[in-house]
Amino acid sequence: MTPDQIVALLAAAVTAGAPLIYAGVGETLAERSGVLNLGVEGIMLVGAVCGFAVAVATGNPWLGALAALGAGALLAAGHAVLTVTLGAEQVTSGLALALYGTGLSAFLGKPLIGVPNPAPFRAFPVPGLGEVPVLGPILFRQDALVYLSYGLALATWWWLARTKPGLHLRACGESPEAADAMGVNVAAMRYGAVIVGGALAGLAGAYLSLAYTPAWTENMTGGLGWIAIALVIFSTWNPLRLLGGAYLFGAVDALGFRVQLLGVETSSILLRMLPYLFTLTVLVVITVARRQASVPAALGRPYFREE
Amino acid sequence: MNGVTAGRSSHPPPEAGAPNGAPLLALRDITKRFPGVLANDRVTLEVRAGEVHALLGENGAGKTTLVNVLYGLYQPDAGEIVVDGRRVRIRSPRDAIACGIGMVPQHFLLVRRHTVAENIALGLPQEGLLRPARRVERRIVEFATRYGLTADPGARIWELSPSEHQRVEILKALIRGARILVLDEPTSVLAPQEVSGLFDVLRRMKGDGHAVIFITHKLDEVGAIADRVTVLRRGRVVATVPAADVDRRALVQMMVGRDVESTLPRARAAAAGEALAAEALEADNDRGAPALRGLTLAVRRGEIVGLAGIAGNGQRELVEVLTGLRRAVRGRVRVLGRDVTNRTAAAICDAGVAHIPEDRVHMGVVATMTVAENLVLRRYRHPPFARGPLLDYDAIMRFAREMIAAYEIATPAATTPVRLLSGGNIQRLILARELAARPGVIIAAHPTSGLDVSATEHIHRLLLRRREEGAGVLLVSEDLDEVLALADRVAVIFRGRIADVLPVGDATPERIGLLMTGQAA
Repeated sequence: MTPDQIVALLAAAVTAGAPLIYAGVGETLAERSGVLNLGVEGIMLVGAVCGFAVAVATGNPWLGALAALGAGALLAAGHAVLTVTLGAEQVTSGLALALYGTGLSAFLGKPLIGVPNPAPFRAFPVPGLGEVPVLGPILFRQDALVYLSYGLALATWWWLARTKPGLHLRACGESPEAADAMGVNVAAMRYGAVIVGGALAGLAGAYLSLAYTPAWTENMTGGLGWIAIALVIFSTWNPLRLLGGAYLFGAVDALGFRVQLLGVETSSILLRMLPYLFTLTVLVVITVARRQASVPAALGRPYFREE
Repeated sequence: MNGVTAGRSSHPPPEAGAPNGAPLLALRDITKRFPGVLANDRVTLEVRAGEVHALLGENGAGKTTLVNVLYGLYQPDAGEIVVDGRRVRIRSPRDAIACGIGMVPQHFLLVRRHTVAENIALGLPQEGLLRPARRVERRIVEFATRYGLTADPGARIWELSPSEHQRVEILKALIRGARILVLDEPTSVLAPQEVSGLFDVLRRMKGDGHAVIFITHKLDEVGAIADRVTVLRRGRVVATVPAADVDRRALVQMMVGRDVESTLPRARAAAAGEALAAEALEADNDRGAPALRGLTLAVRRGEIVGLAGIAGNGQRELVEVLTGLRRAVRGRVRVLGRDVTNRTAAAICDAGVAHIPEDRVHMGVVATMTVAENLVLRRYRHPPFARGPLLDYDAIMRFAREMIAAYEIATPAATTPVRLLSGGNIQRLILARELAARPGVIIAAHPTSGLDVSATEHIHRLLLRRREEGAGVLLVSEDLDEVLALADRVAVIFRGRIADVLPVGDATPERIGLLMTGQAA
């Protein structure tokens, strides 16, 4: 590959990584607060269809993104009621949400199949930074949602590690008893984390239908929601490592695409399996290498006082 | 015999350092019900500024319930709380902190993966939004120096010892401006030397005008640190008296409601022959770090060897290796002359080892199964309880009724699920199951922790009887009084090795304390 091709590949990796960053950061927030949300895939699909519908109706992609945030928050709020207030099994509730979201998006999206998106997010270079060699085309000639995605990962890392609410959130996921005894409202923190996390998953879906593809097709996430959950584990619940993981996945994804363009004789279906196979491999390696994973100690455990 | 009234007439109440006047804290007629239990029945307690007030009672007397009400973890069904003359409602720990109440709970509420500073900064008001841990460091050092509570703000909780955890909890409360500090059984995790360190801290706090509520069931501590003592029994206040005015016997009488034999009848059994031997054992803990580093220990037939040590020095891993629940990396284990190193738990059990586990609810019984089923867990595969692949429930029920009578297990029926039993009765059930087969070796881990005086007495008698019948007993306990009362020899474990083995006659608390903390060879 020529240097230009490598730069193009890396730029494609950053683009393909964006939805994983949104969904992964959202899931990281929920899990750091102690709530597992396996509904990411379903929320992404509903976010994609709602964002697309609103963008088509209004002609404004930002309103579409806003609608996706709202739809994601709403679905996640249901998960929060079930798991935080009622103490339901988080795995079951999350799986139900994933299935429900998939079905709901297919139903809502029926009339939108084949409709062109009149107003997708378009790439624009950041003045100045876009002209920097190598880094410019990779990071700074993207669309607005990509710029926001890596900004969000950095901001979330800083917020978790360096601010008081971040400390409270982490404590809720490690020891809700300790947080409660120190006057932290555990339920409120968990509701907040799950709802914001769901909103971000919705936005991740909208990125696909408003910028990446940009159109609505049924099941267009193709398992990215599950990959995002795997990446959260791969990144050991750290948004900075998540950023790296998302770009790695994006690069493998883009590489598969390019191998086809280079005319290598191979099945396209086989190539599309590549990123998933890669994720599995990385997960196995990480799990074996780090026996003592840094999983939040209270992940999956509901908290009630007087028990 | 009643030291309370006798004492009152002979001494004026010693309240040195305590300003007179209204109490800093008053709990009036606090009542708290749980399903089927009246945990607190019209409990009234007054605590003054500058006093250490002991709250004494058996397990289940309602001490912890009372302070959980005070700290807003439980809501009382009736009664009122008055702080500084003002009636307050405490709905949550946040309200309690705002009233100047701090708590050091029995099971520390710390975030293990966070640093000391992060734990102290958690939920702390009046600090800025950014870098909460960094901002609190200066105050940690300031309070630590003032009260003699050394703590490294950057250390992570899981790296620290129980006594350091306790210091962090105390700092947490003090930095939140607590004027009333509640300590729930604070000495249960400490070595003897560490206890006197804690008492120094409490005296400094007292001197600063703090009120300290000190929960305990150890009588010596009442005399050593308390100004006044309130005794609770079955959820009710028996009396509040100046600590200097009551003797040990009177306190026991108030606590239990009757006299208890304080010395156990003990025949000098002649120890003979090896029952259990561990030779140069090495094993890892759950994190993969070495926990046993060449540990050698022998228990003879007809003797009780007490294993003393501060929690986390390898006791748990040793018990697990000896009972087949953890692999030994190196070294050998012998039971009654047979090598059982790294054999399965079932094989070791069949070799004649009884195991009374540390976590009686999770490891000792299957809580959702019945009393009868739990009683035969060890032997259900063999006749008379099994006939081929089938269980003979008639034989099981007959055996269960026998055991329930012989071991005084208080249960409504043999078919009651074990989860409905109290801790003391669950422990009696475990002993019945483990001892009925007359094992040659008994490994008992913390057999009486959390049990009341009568259950403890019963279990001690059972262990002594087996010893007289020739069993070798390894008694792992954090309660030094228990070890000294039962053991023939005391082995002290420190960092995965036996620091020394002393005949019980030579084992003073001071000497054991030095060995426990690695200060004596």
